[in-house]
Amino acid sequence: MITIADQLLVLVLLINFVVLGTSRLIFSIRAVAVQGVILGILPALIHPFSWHLVGIISMILVTKGAVIPLLLNRAMRSAGIKREVEPFLGYVPTLLLGAVFTALSFGFAGKLPMLAEHQNYMFVPASIATLMTGFLILTTRRKAISQVLGYLVLENGIFIFGLLLAEAMPIMVEAGALLDLLVGTFVMGIVINHISREFSSLDTSRLTSLKEE
Amino acid sequence: MLAALIMLPLIGAVVTWLIPSDRLRPIALSVFACGHLGVTLRLLIATPPPSAGGWFNLDALGKIVLLSTSVLFFFCAIYSIGYLAYRLERSNRVLCIGLLICLSAASMVTITHHLGLLWVALETTTISMTPLIYFNRNARSIEATWKYLLICSVGVALALIGLYFLAYATIVAGVEPSLLLDDLIRDADKLSSGWVHAAFVFLLVGFGSKMGLAPLHTWKPDAYGESPGLVGAMLAGGLVNLAFLSLLRVYQLCLATREIAFFQNALVVMGLFSMIMAAIFMARQADFKRMLAYSSVEHVGIMAVALGLGGKAVFGALFHILANGLTKGVLFLSSGNIHRSYNSKSTDHVRGALRRLPWSGGIFLAGFIAITGSPPFAPFISEFTVVSSAFIDGRYMVGALFLISLGIIFIGMALTVLPMVMGEVPEDSEVTSYRDTLWTVGPPLGLLLMVFLLGVWIPAPLMTILQEGAALLEVHP
Repeated sequence: MITIADQLLVLVLLINFVVLGTSRLIFSIRAVAVQGVILGILPALIHPFSWHLVGIISMILVTKGAVIPLLLNRAMRSAGIKREVEPFLGYVPTLLLGAVFTALSFGFAGKLPMLAEHQNYMFVPASIATLMTGFLILTTRRKAISQVLGYLVLENGIFIFGLLLAEAMPIMVEAGALLDLLVGTFVMGIVINHISREFSSLDTSRLTSLKEE
Repeated sequence: MLAALIMLPLIGAVVTWLIPSDRLRPIALSVFACGHLGVTLRLLIATPPPSAGGWFNLDALGKIVLLSTSVLFFFCAIYSIGYLAYRLERSNRVLCIGLLICLSAASMVTITHHLGLLWVALETTTISMTPLIYFNRNARSIEATWKYLLICSVGVALALIGLYFLAYATIVAGVEPSLLLDDLIRDADKLSSGWVHAAFVFLLVGFGSKMGLAPLHTWKPDAYGESPGLVGAMLAGGLVNLAFLSLLRVYQLCLATREIAFFQNALVVMGLFSMIMAAIFMARQADFKRMLAYSSVEHVGIMAVALGLGGKAVFGALFHILANGLTKGVLFLSSGNIHRSYNSKSTDHVRGALRRLPWSGGIFLAGFIAITGSPPFAPFISEFTVVSSAFIDGRYMVGALFLISLGIIFIGMALTVLPMVMGEVPEDSEVTSYRDTLWTVGPPLGLLLMVFLLGVWIPAPLMTILQEGAALLEVHP
């Protein structure tokens, strides 16, 4: 089972690069949804069966796989935008940076002591690489939707690390992470709606009336 | 009693949600704020023992932040009765509910010793404040809201991974996995230093961005500038302190794990950088609310430097929680009055406030004198403690940079504030319906009196709490 989990994590890392390299928003939204679904399946592979687990997994699958993509799709259609235009940093440089971050996170994870049963998996490097990818998307993209996607990828990175703790920690931290995702995304969805109404586009670089001269 | 602290504002949120009248709602808000303040004072006098296996434990650090938040909220709630009467053009339902939910979550941050719960509560305060920044419903306020939400959410998410690292450190060390502060401090020696080190970096960045330490402060001028005065007061005087309390918890852990020197240096560097950034951007600031935001960046910098210096300066940091929180209340509430009266927050239009609004203008001027660290107000005491302890400990560079920044900030702020309050009201100034009344002037005046009183005399019970708090943060060689 564990080898499957590791292969899924490789898929997660590949999706990071897909999101970094594409300009079509609909494609990015789908990619992040797929990433969320993969992360939803992961706990089933590494933990023994329980109804509690089934509940959590179905919640993750519904929010990350269906609700959030639908919300973002609707925001995208109502604003009438299809592509990320002119990111602050081009696609090739961000891809390269993403590769560098991924390599660094493998190096970083190698230096940290791990539990014997976690020794051979990629949870920690995958988590940190995904986190950094999210951060990269957040800082280099202009469109509000892309920034929300960046936030979601960042959250996914944190979620991967949370898997290591799922058995040891009380459910509260888990629930907190999900709550954060749920509420954060809903509130962000509402704000996005208001942005598109005020500016009739979702380009955050037009949000510059408050810049310092 | 601890449950009352959390539940009372939540009940208040439901009640204000049910009230249909925009005029009655602020009164309900004030009633619940008054109740919360009562419970707070009762808890400070008769502190309950730790409960729920150590999850809830109101210690001296929590008490200081709880007191300053509750007092500030009380005055803001009273102020809202007068202020919201001028803003009847739109419903204040969301504003009142948001404030009360934020108060409940803020109380949770102060009473819990469980870092996971603290994180959830802190995230709740961030989210509950989001719609309040958007109160004015225009393009500028949506921009401010977006920046605030994005930067603070990312910050809090980074803090979460920091907490996960800490939890994993306990698992690797083979001790019982826990995020309870007391357990972590007890087992600190066994934790693997690599994980703990990484955790502290993420926690510092995460809570630092919520607190607005430079270079993570970019959301502050926008959010403070565009939100109504009373929301600005709660953000600058309340939420900042909650984030600082979270940093204090991390600091306590650092003390136990002997990683303290690294954390202290990081705090001093970020603190001084914040003060210098504030000094640079404060100069020639034509928008007085944005100027107040940079003043907030400066003061979180002061708190960070004080904590980083350690020793006697820690007392200054703790006292500054109260001093800065209350003085920010004075400034934001009185600047809200001036904004209403001139219908502008640009110093091009706002002149001669002392003539037009003798009370609000006077309080704003006094608040400026207080926040820049002049005696006999409370911020003087904390800033003086920090500077003197820096020089006593031989940290001359830090002390000198601290003093130079304070000097530049004083000049920069004076260049904005003095023309605002002095001189003649421009001929073409817009005439609005706003007049100073007891309801809008009383709360900032009350806060100013407290800032003055704390500057000349610290009551013995408060002194005890401050000293207990400082003892919790002492470095043991």
